[in-house]
Amino acid sequence: MNTAIGTIDWIPVAPFIALSVLGFLIMIIGLFFPRIYRETLGTITLVGLAVTFFLILQNWGEPRYAFANTIVGDKFSTVFNGLFVVGAALTILLSLNSQENRYLLYADYFTVIVFATAGMVLMSAGTHLLTIFLGLETLSIALYVLAGFRRENAFSLESAFKYFLLGAFASGFLLYGIALIYGATGSADIQEVTRWIQQNSLTGSLMLPIGFLLLFVGLGFKLAIFPFHMWAPDVYQGAPTPISAFMATGSKAAAFAALLRVALSTQSYTAIAWEQVLWVIAVATMTIGNIIALRQDNIKRMLAYSSIAHAGYILIGFIANNELGHSGMLFYLLSYTFMNIGAFGVISYLSTAEHEFVTLGDVRGLAYRRPFAAIAMAVFMFSLAGIPPTAGFISKFYIFSAAVKAGYVWLVILGVINSMISLYYYLGVVVQMFMSAVEEKAPATATQQPAVALALVVSMFAVLGLGIFPSRWLAVFMEMARSFI
Amino acid sequence: MPLTYYLVLGAILFSLGVLGVLTRRNAIIIFLSIELMLNAVNLTFVALSNHVQNLDGQVFVFFVMIVAAAEVAVGLALIVAIFRLKETVYVDEINLMKW
Amino acid sequence: MQEILFFVLAAVAVLSALGMLLNKNPVYSVLLLIVTLFSIAGLYVLLNASFIAAVHLIVYAGAIMVLFLFVIMLLDIRADVEHINLKRLSRILALLATFIFLGETFLIIWMSLKGKAAFVGLGEGILGDVPSVGELLFTKYLLPFEIASVLLLVAIVGAIILAKRKLRPEPPAA
Repeated sequence: MNTAIGTIDWIPVAPFIALSVLGFLIMIIGLFFPRIYRETLGTITLVGLAVTFFLILQNWGEPRYAFANTIVGDKFSTVFNGLFVVGAALTILLSLNSQENRYLLYADYFTVIVFATAGMVLMSAGTHLLTIFLGLETLSIALYVLAGFRRENAFSLESAFKYFLLGAFASGFLLYGIALIYGATGSADIQEVTRWIQQNSLTGSLMLPIGFLLLFVGLGFKLAIFPFHMWAPDVYQGAPTPISAFMATGSKAAAFAALLRVALSTQSYTAIAWEQVLWVIAVATMTIGNIIALRQDNIKRMLAYSSIAHAGYILIGFIANNELGHSGMLFYLLSYTFMNIGAFGVISYLSTAEHEFVTLGDVRGLAYRRPFAAIAMAVFMFSLAGIPPTAGFISKFYIFSAAVKAGYVWLVILGVINSMISLYYYLGVVVQMFMSAVEEKAPATATQQPAVALALVVSMFAVLGLGIFPSRWLAVFMEMARSFI
Repeated sequence: MPLTYYLVLGAILFSLGVLGVLTRRNAIIIFLSIELMLNAVNLTFVALSNHVQNLDGQVFVFFVMIVAAAEVAVGLALIVAIFRLKETVYVDEINLMKW
Repeated sequence: MQEILFFVLAAVAVLSALGMLLNKNPVYSVLLLIVTLFSIAGLYVLLNASFIAAVHLIVYAGAIMVLFLFVIMLLDIRADVEHINLKRLSRILALLATFIFLGETFLIIWMSLKGKAAFVGLGEGILGDVPSVGELLFTKYLLPFEIASVLLLVAIVGAIILAKRKLRPEPPAA
């Protein structure tokens, strides 16, 4: 319990501190310069995120525990935190659509996004259930606010409200789980819990497995996996588009980070024989997401259902529970961040304050009006559908081969069938854009969006780059997965 | 064996909270039920802290209270904002999108 | 003596929680929840957690519930017309979920009947008084304590953003 200031290792907490300071800084700038250009604010935020990214990279290496084992800097946290910061930076770029997001661009908006990222960083670096819980709550509260940021808009408020009620409900379950784990093992420190499980057994006390179950239920809400997926479509549809992208990628990745951290450290899910339950959940999540996505006319809502389905695919890697499975999950989350932010980004790229560019009718004939946007959208749709040579294909390939290696052949077959179903609605968007004629009364699209265009170009490069040269990144993720065993 | 009693009481209160969240329509009452759930968890934490004989559980309770206060601030602000727009606090009337 | 106190407090807690659930008028619900919170504070004292008992009363009964009452009065919310509706499928699922939780309680009983759960009476064992909890907060849990400050800041900023009546004049674009 020695925490004299001189002995503290600051590197593991540096990303969190940097993000908190950045958040304060932007807030104070907004206070003293209320008429500051929003591009300036965005640039300051991006520079701050770049500094944070540099600090995150310092954590790559052997685990370094700090603050009485409540936080750690290791390969796992480096990889995930890097992902969160990249996701946040792309979200900021998307938000700089000066024609759609007029109501968004106060200093408060950037502040809350940065604080949400600080919460995510804690979820992947926390080695104490309390740190993870506080990170999750910081993230959640920030997201409730961001989802309701257009507070004169009924859809946006409704989205925030539903997200809030279900999120608070879920944290009740999460906490009950933590309480039972604490009661069974006498500690909420993940290392202590692991030690206890090694000395005793996981099923020796009934409280411990129930505790883990409730903890996973709480995280399941955040992941939007079946049967806790109902909120996702409404929330993603109503929230401002950049925020939907942020929630679908960053917040989902953060919940997966917490899930993996707990499950990998304690090896709890293999010992309780969850595989069958998780198997059913993964299949149900994929199938429900894909089937309902088929009949959506609103692209944001379709992407919400597709994000449910993708959580199901990622769960396959979790079930496989081998090195390739875990690194495949990371690879999938990284690719998903780029392709999903890209897809939402195209909507943001075209929307104006008068018209949100979201229905299939809106994109009809887009290739003839805005070829760049149409090509970008096509790349992201191909990637989401899992067509080579994109990142989406490679990530599915890794995850499915990990599952085959672990002997889950039927799970993979169902996964492949699901991917085929999803082809229909992803390609439907592409067909609308390229094959149909332009409608006469097509609404005006936004023009002159350099920041959003930059985000789209970066995402396209990443999606194709990860798809064509995946091995380097996979090696990094394999090293991360190995560091746990 | 009074510890068992405390855990059972915690579970009963938690179940009542869950029931309230799932059956009531008034957003404020749903929110109160969530508070009840958190309190049931807090009671469980303190009882288990007594059982394992360390204070970590009580520290946890302290943080749960902080989080609850933060959630209440944001949640009530949301309820006020929605009420200004739609003049209702019933969750089934706040339903533009298919639920 | 302690057992009698426990049963009285537990009965009050459960009954007023039930009352909160079934009541049509939100103001009564808040008041009944405050009664539950008071009896929970009594249970904390029985469990040697005096610091938590005090903070619980100050934060929950003193601040959070007053905020609830304030919002109810501010919005002038009337009593529900139809307070519990068991017809819809989700309501049946709700009952199911609740029964699962009650089942879980029995599991806990079963577990502790196997002789694992111990209980330390009033004034024995380690005590959760202000110095000992405070020491933990500022040594082992220093980082979570600092995180909590960021969390509260987000909540303050968020509450202001959401509840502010008018949007500021929009900032200029470059």
